[in-house]
Amino acid sequence: MAVVETRKLTKVFKRGNVGAVVNVDLESREGEFLVLLGPSGSGKTTLLRMIAGLEEPTSGEILIGGRVVNDLTPRERGIAMVFQSYALYPHLTAFNNIVFPLKAQGVAKDERQKRADWAAALLGIQHLFHRKPRELSGGERQRVALARAIVREPSLFLLDEPLSNLDAKLRASAREELEQFQKRIGTTAIYVTHDQVEAMAMGDRVVVMSQGSVRQIGTPADVYDQPADTFVATFLGSPPMNIVPADGVIVGFRPEHFLPPGVAERLGEHVSYQFRVTHSEYLGAERILYGIIEGGPFKERKVISRIPATHGSEISDGNVYTFAIANRDLKFFDPKTEKRASAARLPL
Amino acid sequence: MAPRRARTWIAAITIWVVRVVFAVILAFPFYWMLITTFKRTSDLYNLKNNPFIFNEAPTLEHLRLLFHETLFLRWVLNTAFAGTIVVIITLLLAVPAAYALARLTGGWGAQLGIGVFLTYLIPPTLLFIPLSKIVATLGLQDSLWSIIVVYPSFTIPFSTWLLMGFFKSIPKDLEDAAMVDGLSRWGAFVKLMIPMSTSGILTVVIFAFTLVTQEFVYALTFISTAAHQTVGVGVPTFLVRGDVFYWGSLMAACLITSIPIGILYNIFLDRFIEGFTVGAVK
Amino acid sequence: MFMPAIIYIVALVGVPFLMAFVYSVGDVKVGSTGYHFVGAQNFISILHNPTFIRSLENSFLFTISSQILVLIGANILALALKDAFPGRRFMRFLILLPWVAPVSIGSIGWKWILDSLYSVVNWVLVRMHLVKQFDTPVWLGEPKLAMMSVILVHTWHMLPFATVILLAGLTAIPKDIPEAAAVDGAGFFRTLFQITIPMMLPIINVAVLFGAIFTFTDMTVIYILTRGGPYDSTQVIPTLAFFAGILGSDLAEGAAISIFMVPLLVIATYMALRSAHRAEVT
Repeated sequence: MAVVETRKLTKVFKRGNVGAVVNVDLESREGEFLVLLGPSGSGKTTLLRMIAGLEEPTSGEILIGGRVVNDLTPRERGIAMVFQSYALYPHLTAFNNIVFPLKAQGVAKDERQKRADWAAALLGIQHLFHRKPRELSGGERQRVALARAIVREPSLFLLDEPLSNLDAKLRASAREELEQFQKRIGTTAIYVTHDQVEAMAMGDRVVVMSQGSVRQIGTPADVYDQPADTFVATFLGSPPMNIVPADGVIVGFRPEHFLPPGVAERLGEHVSYQFRVTHSEYLGAERILYGIIEGGPFKERKVISRIPATHGSEISDGNVYTFAIANRDLKFFDPKTEKRASAARLPL
Repeated sequence: MAPRRARTWIAAITIWVVRVVFAVILAFPFYWMLITTFKRTSDLYNLKNNPFIFNEAPTLEHLRLLFHETLFLRWVLNTAFAGTIVVIITLLLAVPAAYALARLTGGWGAQLGIGVFLTYLIPPTLLFIPLSKIVATLGLQDSLWSIIVVYPSFTIPFSTWLLMGFFKSIPKDLEDAAMVDGLSRWGAFVKLMIPMSTSGILTVVIFAFTLVTQEFVYALTFISTAAHQTVGVGVPTFLVRGDVFYWGSLMAACLITSIPIGILYNIFLDRFIEGFTVGAVK
Repeated sequence: MFMPAIIYIVALVGVPFLMAFVYSVGDVKVGSTGYHFVGAQNFISILHNPTFIRSLENSFLFTISSQILVLIGANILALALKDAFPGRRFMRFLILLPWVAPVSIGSIGWKWILDSLYSVVNWVLVRMHLVKQFDTPVWLGEPKLAMMSVILVHTWHMLPFATVILLAGLTAIPKDIPEAAAVDGAGFFRTLFQITIPMMLPIINVAVLFGAIFTFTDMTVIYILTRGGPYDSTQVIPTLAFFAGILGSDLAEGAAISIFMVPLLVIATYMALRSAHRAEVT
C-alpha cells in the first residue's frame, strides 16, 4: 500500500485560468525520499500543500495510508511539515517549540519530556532546549524544526525547500544531515525543491514538474539518462543538454558526451562533427567549451561541451576540432510533442 | 469532528457577523446624524414615533437654519483658515527638521526623533493652564491667532516623526549620486527629496489638517466669543439657545463636519501606516 | 535645519511644561501680578479635597475600563479584518469614523442618542420590553450610568485607533506560522492564545499604553457628555483641572491638579518605548 497517493489531483486558483496543478497522479513508496522538482510556478509547492491540507484541491483525490483525506484537516492527516523558513514560534524556546504539537494532542507532561528528549537526542540538540529561535544558527533551527516534526511520529514528512534559506556553505552539510536523518527514521518524505542538484543527490525518486503537470517520475538515473521529454532533458544537468533540431527530429546530447579527439575513438559507434570553439571557461575541475558545429545537419548550431580537467589535450578558442558523440548517448525527441522518440535514423 | 465543509461555513459566517456588528456599532452615530438632519422637528420630538423611519416627510429646514441662522459657516471658515496657516507653518518647520534628523548619522537622529515625538504625548490638559497665560501675555486671547500660534506645537512633532519615516525610506545613495553630479546638500534636498516625497508630504498635510479640526481643549480654553470659534468647539457649545439643544441643526453640523474628513483620512491611511511602520522600525 | 522646529517645540511645549510645575508650587491666579512660592501647599489642599480624590479614582476607573474594552474589541475586530474581503475598503471607512471625526462631534452625537427624553437606545429597550416606558435609564443623569456611558463612548472613539495598530501587528506575522500551528494540531483558540497574541504582545503593549495616555489625559468626551456630573461622578483629573484652573481662574490649583497626570505619563511612555523597541528586535 502506498503511503501517499494522489489521483487526478487538480488545483485551479481562478476560474478560467490555467491550473496550478493539473491532473497529477502520484504514488509514493514506503520509506522513500520522493523529490518534487521543478522551476517556480511548476506547481510543486501547491501540490505539497494540498497533500498537507493547507490548500483545497479543485478536483481529484488525496490518499494517505490508503484512505481518502480530502476532507481532513492537516492535524487529522498524521503528517508533519518543515517549512522553508522553518516557521519556528519565535516567542517559545526550542523545547516548547518541540513539544507544542504534543501539547495540542493532549499528551501528558512526562510523556512530552520523554519524546522531546528522544527527538533531541536523535538530532543532537538537547543543549539548545532553553534557547529561543533567534539565538540559534540556521543549521540548529533546521534541527529544531525536524525535532518538532518527528516528535509526533508522523506517517509522512513534507518538506518545502528547507535548504533554500541557508547560505551555500551550510547547505551542503545540512543536506547531508537531512538525508541521513530520513534514512535513520525510515519515514516516507516528500521534498520540494527547484535545485536539480539537490533533487538528484537526495531523492530515491524524482518527480519532474512543469506548469502544473508531471513530466516524468523516476530515479535520478532514469530522469537524467533517459529523459521523457526536452523539458526534463534540459532541466536536469548543468550545463543543460544540447538540444538541436534537425530534419523532422530533435536531437539531444549532453555536454559531457560531446567529446574531443582522442576520446571519441574509444566510444564504440559514434558520430563526429566539426566543432569550432568560440570561447571556454576554466572551472578548475572541468572546462566548459562553447562553440558552433560547422557543416553537417546541425550547421551553425551553438552547442556546449564539457571536458574534465584530467583530459590533457590542448583546446583553444577559435580553432576547429573534430568532436564526437557515442551513438548510445544520442537522444531523439519528436519535434511536435517534444517527447522522447525511438532512435531514428540520424540525418547526415 | 464536524466535516471540513461545515466548519469553514461556520467560520465564514462568524467572521461576517463580527464585521457587521462592529461596523454598525461604530458607524451608527453617523447614520443617526444623517437621519436626524432630515427629520422634521415634530417627528423628532414625538415619543410615539418610530425613530428609525421617517414618519413625516423629510425636510431641509435644519440645514437652512444651520447655514442661515447660526455661525456654523463662520466656524467652518475659521477652522479652514486656521488649518491652512497651521499646516503651512508646520511644513515650513517640520520638513527640514525631518530631513535633517533622518539623515543625521550616529544614534543622534533617531534619539532626537523619538524625543520630538514624545513631546506629542504631553497632553493639552497639562499645558493649557500655562499656555493660557502665555496667550494672554501675547494679547492673543479670544482670537483665532491664539490657536494658529499654539497648534504647531503638536502638529510639528507629529509631522516631523511621520516625515522622518518617509525620508528614511528614500535611499541615501540617491542624494549622494546627486551631490556627485554637482548639487549641494540643500540643492539635493530641494530638487530631489521634496519631489520624491510628495506623497509623504501630502499625507502629512492631510493628517496635520485633521489634527487641527479634531482639536478641542485649546480652542475651548483660549477663545470665548462665538464668532471667533472653530467648528469643533462651536458646534457642541454654541448651537444651543438657553438650555435647549437644536438637535436637528446640531446633527446636520456634525454630519457635515465628519464625513469629508472621514473620506480623506480613509484615502491616505495606507500611506500613513507605511510611514508609521517604517519610522518605527528605524 | 531642525533648529526652528526644536525652538518652536521648546517654546510652546517645554516652557509651558515647566511653568505648570512652577505654578503648582505658587499662588498665581488669573489677573494676579505677583508670584509667591508656597511649596507643597496646593498639593496638600487638593489631596484633602474629596472631589479631587473622587476624580483621581474616576480617572483610573475610566482609563482602565475603557482600555480593557478597547483591547478585547480591537483584537476581535483586527482578526475579522485581517483577510481581504469584498467591501473591505468601505468597511474600513465606516470603522474609522469614530476616530477620525472630531471627538467633540462624535460625543455630541452620542449625547443626542443618549438624551434623557428622546434616546433611541431607550426607545429600543422599551420596545423590547426590557425597561418600562416611563422608567427609562437616564444615561447621562444617573451617577453609575453616566460613568458607564462615558466609558463606552470613549471606548467607541478609541477602538479604530487600536484596531489599526493591532492589524498592522497581525499582518506582520509570517503566513507560515499559523500554518505550522495547524499542521502541529492546534485549533483556533490554541493558535490564537498561544501563538498569535503572544507574538503580537509588543504591539499590543504599544496600543494599550498609547491608548491609556490619551484616555487618562482626555477631557473632551466627559466635558461634552456630562460636564463631570452628576455630582462629580464622572469628574476626572483633566476636567477638574479645567474647571478649577480655567473656569475658576485659579491657575495654581489647576496646575497642581494637572500635575498628577505626569507620573502616569512618564511610566506609560517609558513602557511603550521599551515595547516598541522589543517589537523591532523580534
